Amino acid sequence: MTGVVIGGIGAVSPAGWGLKALRQALDLGAPCPVQKLERPGLNKPLDVRLVPAPAERPACFQHPRLRRGSAITRFAVSAGIEALGKNEVARLGIITCVMSGCVQYSRRFYHEVLDNPASASPLLFPETVFNAPASHLASVLGNVSINYTLVGDPATFLQGLALGAAWVDADRVDGCLVVGAEEADWVTSESFRMFYKGFLLAEGAGAIYLRKPRVESEVALQCVTDSHNYSGRSRAEAAKAMRTQLGGGDLLVDGVQGVRPYDRAEIDAWLDWKTQRISPKLVLGEGLMAASPWQCIAAIDALQHGRCSSAMVSVVGCNQQAIGAQFVRA
Amino acid sequence: MLFPVIKPVSQARVAITGAGLVSALGIGWRANAEGFRTGRVAFGPVTLFDVSRQRAKMAAEVRLAGGAEDEDRASQLLMLATKEAWTQARWNPSDNLSLVLGTTSGGMSLGEAFYRQAITTPGQRRGQPTRVLHYQPQRQALDLAQEFGFAGPITIIANACASGANAIGHAFELVRSGRAERVLTGGYDALSHLVFAGFDSLQALSTTQCRPFDAARDGLSLGEGAAMLCLENLEHARGRGVKILGELAGYGAASDPHHLTQPDPEGSAAFQAMSAACESAGIAPQQIDYINAHGTGTPLNDSAEALAITRLLGNASRLPVSSTKASVGHLLGAAGAIEAVVCLMAISEGWLPPTATTRATDALCGFALVREPTRAEPQCVLSNSFGFGGANAALVLRRCQ
Repeated sequence: MTGVVIGGIGAVSPAGWGLKALRQALDLGAPCPVQKLERPGLNKPLDVRLVPAPAERPACFQHPRLRRGSAITRFAVSAGIEALGKNEVARLGIITCVMSGCVQYSRRFYHEVLDNPASASPLLFPETVFNAPASHLASVLGNVSINYTLVGDPATFLQGLALGAAWVDADRVDGCLVVGAEEADWVTSESFRMFYKGFLLAEGAGAIYLRKPRVESEVALQCVTDSHNYSGRSRAEAAKAMRTQLGGGDLLVDGVQGVRPYDRAEIDAWLDWKTQRISPKLVLGEGLMAASPWQCIAAIDALQHGRCSSAMVSVVGCNQQAIGAQFVRA
Repeated sequence: MLFPVIKPVSQARVAITGAGLVSALGIGWRANAEGFRTGRVAFGPVTLFDVSRQRAKMAAEVRLAGGAEDEDRASQLLMLATKEAWTQARWNPSDNLSLVLGTTSGGMSLGEAFYRQAITTPGQRRGQPTRVLHYQPQRQALDLAQEFGFAGPITIIANACASGANAIGHAFELVRSGRAERVLTGGYDALSHLVFAGFDSLQALSTTQCRPFDAARDGLSLGEGAAMLCLENLEHARGRGVKILGELAGYGAASDPHHLTQPDPEGSAAFQAMSAACESAGIAPQQIDYINAHGTGTPLNDSAEALAITRLLGNASRLPVSSTKASVGHLLGAAGAIEAVVCLMAISEGWLPPTATTRATDALCGFALVREPTRAEPQCVLSNSFGFGGANAALVLRRCQ
């Protein structure tokens, strides 16, 4: 048993703002609605799953930092605040994980540069930087402790989770917020469709707050496997190595999304798995770095509601690594 | 397992056994050491993209021979720096070697090329999948691992201009805590039009000359490059009989929530990062013999950093401080890594790099700004890196006893 537990979870997804919307969508199991994203220059809009407008404007949007904040920043901050809840943490570590990152403002800014660099907006450029969401989150929380932004494929979120847990375990921080976030853009959607037709990009964020245990029966992070990366081996081989290392549990939360060529490596790795399984991406879409925390949240939620006593999360990233994690009810 | 990790009985000391770098001063340790020691200034007109409609026209470009067709500029810089460090450390291929990299933009020039083609000839796919793949920093990291024949966890930290220092600091913590015996680490970034135009739009680029800590400073100048370090457990390094270039002794990091692009005017997070680095190294700030400042040359950064250094040292009037951005510009994700190697050069070769372009030191500087080539025997040095978004990091390096 490890000494790091889940102190809170938060989510923004195509199902809506907050954990409740995510939970309802996963319980229902019906795919979220698909929207059309305009692709300039082509009369062929791209299918994506976007985060709907919030029913009520979240209070954190009134913070000065969020007035110009990009979509990804708003998702990350909202999920982070929900996960942190009422916890007051003196030394809070923040680890924010992204793959495409602030792609909307980056595209807009570069378009302005191509039009006329002399008039490109100085308001946009700072929001293009990978760590802008992490910076805004720290500012909204008034946090001055260590803050990392990690870039990689979606399995990187589990790397972030392991790093945050190691910080907590070693008393480097009193608690750690680990966030994964993405925003949808035609550039990202088109890029993935070059490799996988039928790819359904989604956007949003998920956050997990890690801390030391306080009471019994909390959900603990039991382990995070090694990073089985794709240096010198195939994605399928890496997925199998991850699955072997992860062992067994009551529930599997996988990353299968319904695009057969993409899913094959993960499906093959888990061919022997015959019991409980949840596949959040079939409902929510491929949220890249946001999707990995959605998977973790599904696992944690099942444990918190007594539907299992151990749950595994499998993330077979698109172009870097396969990593798994196991959560247990202490 | 990435978690849980085995808790060490004691903290390991961290040796630097290899260092490689590329900057506008040249390729490799020797060319760079000579340039930094003498304060050579390596700026010239930008040739990589059109800057005719921008305020600033100068940058510190690296002169590269052509690389592979699908290898972008950032990857070439990264490969060159790694080759030098790897060879120096006499490392061999390994199945368990961690890689920790810092970058702000990965293969941004490929991303730009992708976008230009996507909007000018929509539907034309030629070359686009390659650009998508190699634009991403994790692809560049995997290419590096394959080239040098190693596998292990890859961590990419994108903490803006502190990325390189954060990467080295994280690698330091991996070795010190016993989670890794060896780590390859550093930072890299190539010049790109988007980033150049971005800093220009903020009016952060100097239209004259980058003059860190000058009373009349008017902004930073951009550069490009890469620097890589081979870190390993000191006992392990001694056991191999390899030359130890120096010891990485401490690391501190802090966040500045003041503003997305401006530091807290008092430099509170800079002070916190420097204090934490000293504490991590087990030294008092007064034991520092030289500080390689972040020193971008922007009015706001340099004044906040000057106040933070003065606050850290109390009476800092005799402490030598310089900014090597006067020579090679601001290398963004590579800056902290390049500057860590410059500190290593100073320790091992016995000199302090000057801030060669500064003419009249700002009165806020309560320390001795090094403006001329200087012989010295620094034992313990500190390197600062501060970034957009409030990422602040400091490293302590010392001569290995």
